[in-house]
Amino acid sequence: MHKNMEYEIDAKDMHYRILNSALKEIIKNAAPVKYADAAKSQNLQAVNNKIYGQPQEKDGPLTISLKNVIGQRYIGDGIKGNFKIKIYGVPGNDMAAFMDGPQIEVFGNAQDGLANTMNSGKIIVHGSSGDITGYSMRGGEIYIRDNVGWRSGIHMKSYLDKFPVIVIGGRAGNFLGEYMAGGLIIVLGQQGSAGSGPEDLGEDKNIEDTGGKKFEKTYYFEKFYSTSSSSVVGDFAGTGMHGGKIFICGDVDEYKIGKEVKKAEPDKNDIEVLKQYINNYCSFFKADYEKMISGRLKNFVKLSPHSHRPYGKLYAY
Amino acid sequence: MSISLIKNKKSDYPGYRVPSGCAVFGVLNESGSCFDGRTIIDGIEMMHDRSNGLGGGFAAYGIYPQYKNDWAFHILYDDSDARNRMEDILKKSFAVLYFEELPTKRSPAIENPPMIFRYFLKLKDIYSLYERNVPVDNFSEDDFIVDFVLKMNARVSGAYIISSGKNMGIFKGVGFPEDIGHYFRLDEYKGYLWTSHGRFPTNSVGWWGGAHPFGLLNFSIVHNGEISSYGRNQRYVASLGYECSLSTDTEVITYLFDLLARKKNMDIELLNMILAAPLWERIEEMPEDDRELASTLRIMYGGALINGPFSIIAGHNDFMYALNDRIKLRPMVAARKNDYLYVSSEESAIIKVCPQPDIVWRPQGGIPVIGRVKKKD
Repeated sequence: MHKNMEYEIDAKDMHYRILNSALKEIIKNAAPVKYADAAKSQNLQAVNNKIYGQPQEKDGPLTISLKNVIGQRYIGDGIKGNFKIKIYGVPGNDMAAFMDGPQIEVFGNAQDGLANTMNSGKIIVHGSSGDITGYSMRGGEIYIRDNVGWRSGIHMKSYLDKFPVIVIGGRAGNFLGEYMAGGLIIVLGQQGSAGSGPEDLGEDKNIEDTGGKKFEKTYYFEKFYSTSSSSVVGDFAGTGMHGGKIFICGDVDEYKIGKEVKKAEPDKNDIEVLKQYINNYCSFFKADYEKMISGRLKNFVKLSPHSHRPYGKLYAY
Repeated sequence: MSISLIKNKKSDYPGYRVPSGCAVFGVLNESGSCFDGRTIIDGIEMMHDRSNGLGGGFAAYGIYPQYKNDWAFHILYDDSDARNRMEDILKKSFAVLYFEELPTKRSPAIENPPMIFRYFLKLKDIYSLYERNVPVDNFSEDDFIVDFVLKMNARVSGAYIISSGKNMGIFKGVGFPEDIGHYFRLDEYKGYLWTSHGRFPTNSVGWWGGAHPFGLLNFSIVHNGEISSYGRNQRYVASLGYECSLSTDTEVITYLFDLLARKKNMDIELLNMILAAPLWERIEEMPEDDRELASTLRIMYGGALINGPFSIIAGHNDFMYALNDRIKLRPMVAARKNDYLYVSSEESAIIKVCPQPDIVWRPQGGIPVIGRVKKKD
C-alpha cells in the first residue's frame, strides 16, 4: 500500500502544527489526501496547495519530502512505521522525538533535542545538530555528518533488542554520554573531510575576533574554559555513566572524563563494531571508507563504566 | 499570507499552549552599515512559539544620527499626570532639544499600550546641578544620567525611563515581539546593531516596563533564562549604589555591565572572566600567572559572578556581546556572513534572515561571542 508513492510538502511559512498534521494525514492514508483538519485552519486552501502527490514508478517505501523547512518543531514526533522522510532546511527543536521506525534524512543542520527518547528508526543529518542530541534514546541509529552540541547521548539506555547508536563525524560538546546506561556513541573527530566538508565549530574565528588589547588572543577562552577547538569531546564526558560504550577517535585528557568511567583501548570485537558503523557513516555521507579507517582505527579510545551500579553502595535499603 | 500561516491563531487551537523559554536574537553589522528593522523582526518572528505574548522588545543602535551626541530618552507614561510630573523634573536638569510621542501603528494585537514619548536632551551644567552637597570631582555626565534614571524609575510613579543612551533606543511592550516591532514601526528605522527578545515571563509579571531589553546609558540587555545568583548580585550592586527597582534578574545584569564595563572601564574579555568565571577545578590546573589572575578576579568580584541557566545578548554602541552560562543550560547559535554577526536562540531565526551564512557555530558555555563595531571615522 505504501509502495510507489512520493509526496512533497512545501513547508515555507507553514506553522509547525499545520505541517505536522499534514504529514501525519499523509502517513495515515498513504495517499495525497488534502489536509483534512479543516475546522482548525482558516488557511485550508493555502495549505492544500502546498501538498503534492507524485506517484513514481519504482519500488520502495512511502517517501515524503519536506521542502523549505525552517524551525518547525516536533517534526516526525511519535510517528511509527516503515517510510522515509527527507527534510530540506533546518528542522526545529525536538525533531523525531519518540519516533518508532521511520528513516529521516535532514539536508541541513538540526536544532536542539533531536531524537529525544527515540525508540527505533534512523536519522541521518547532513550537517550538525544541536544540544541534547539523542537525549534518553532507547533504540535506533543517528548519524551526524559534522558536530553535535552539548549533552549529546545523555541518559541513553539499551534493553533486550533495543540498542541505540549515535555516530558523530566531527566533534562533541561537554557532557557527552552523561548518565549513559546503554548503547553506543562513536565520535570520529574529523575536521573537514567527510561529504561536502563539515563546517567548523567556529571558535577559532571567534577567538580572533575578540582580539583583546591587553591580553593574548587566545588567553581567556582557550586556557580558562578548557573546551578548545582542537578537542574532539568536551569536558565531563561520561560523567555518571553506568552502561554502554563511547568510542572516541583521538586521545582524551583524563581530566575531561567523568570519574565513573575508565579509558581503554578497543578490543577486537569493538573494532569490528566500529568498522560496521564507520562503513554506514561513509555510505550515507559518500566518504571514502578505506581512507577513513586507514590510520584511524588505532587512534580510538574506549570509555566504559567502572561499574553498572556506581551509586549502589550509597543507598541503604 | 506568510504571517497568517506561520503564526498560530488562538481561535484555531483553543487551549493551545507551548511551555517554552524566551527567545533572543541579535544582529550586528561590524562595519557600522545600517539596515532597517525588518531583519530583526523577521528573525525573532521565527521563534514566535518561544514566547507567550507577555513581552517583546528591541534595542536599536545608530537610529538617531541627527542627535547622535545628545541623550535620547524613551519614557513610558501611565497617564498625562505622570508625564507632567516627569517633564517638570526633566526640564530642571536638561535642555529639551526635541520631543514627541513615539510613532506607532495601532493594531488589535497590542492591547492597552501606555503613552511612550521620546526626548532628545542636553544636560545643563553639571556643576550647577550639584551645587549643594554632592561632590563633583570625578563625577561624570554618565554618572549623573545613571543616578537620574535610577532615581526617577524608583520614585516617579506612573513613569518609567526605558531607554537612556545616545544614538540608540529601546522599544518594548506586552505582546509578541513581531507585533511589538510592527507597532513601533521599526521597519522605518535604520541601525547597525539590533537585539530583540520574545518573552515567556516566569519570575515576574509581564508589563510594559518589565519587557526586555533593559537599558541603562548605552547598554541594553536581553536575557533568556534566570539568574539564580540574583540575591548575591543584587546585594553587590546595591552596596555600590544601584537600586534594583524591578525585582527582576535582568535588571541586575544591566547594572553589572554599567559597573564593570563603564565605571571600571574593563575590556569585555576581562568582564567575561568575572561574569562567567572559570570553574575552580579549571583554575587549579592553570599555570601560576593565570591562576593568580583568575583567582584574584573570582575573589574580588565574586559578587558579580552570574550563575544559573541563561543566555544573554548585551548591546552597546561599540559592540555586541553574547554569553551562555558556563554549563550551557540555555541554547545559543551564532553565525557570520561578511560583516554581519548573528546570535540567536535557534538557528532558524538566522537562516530566515541570512539563508547562507559563511559559518554557523554553537558557542560553548562561558565562552562569549563578541562583535565589535569598527570605527568609521
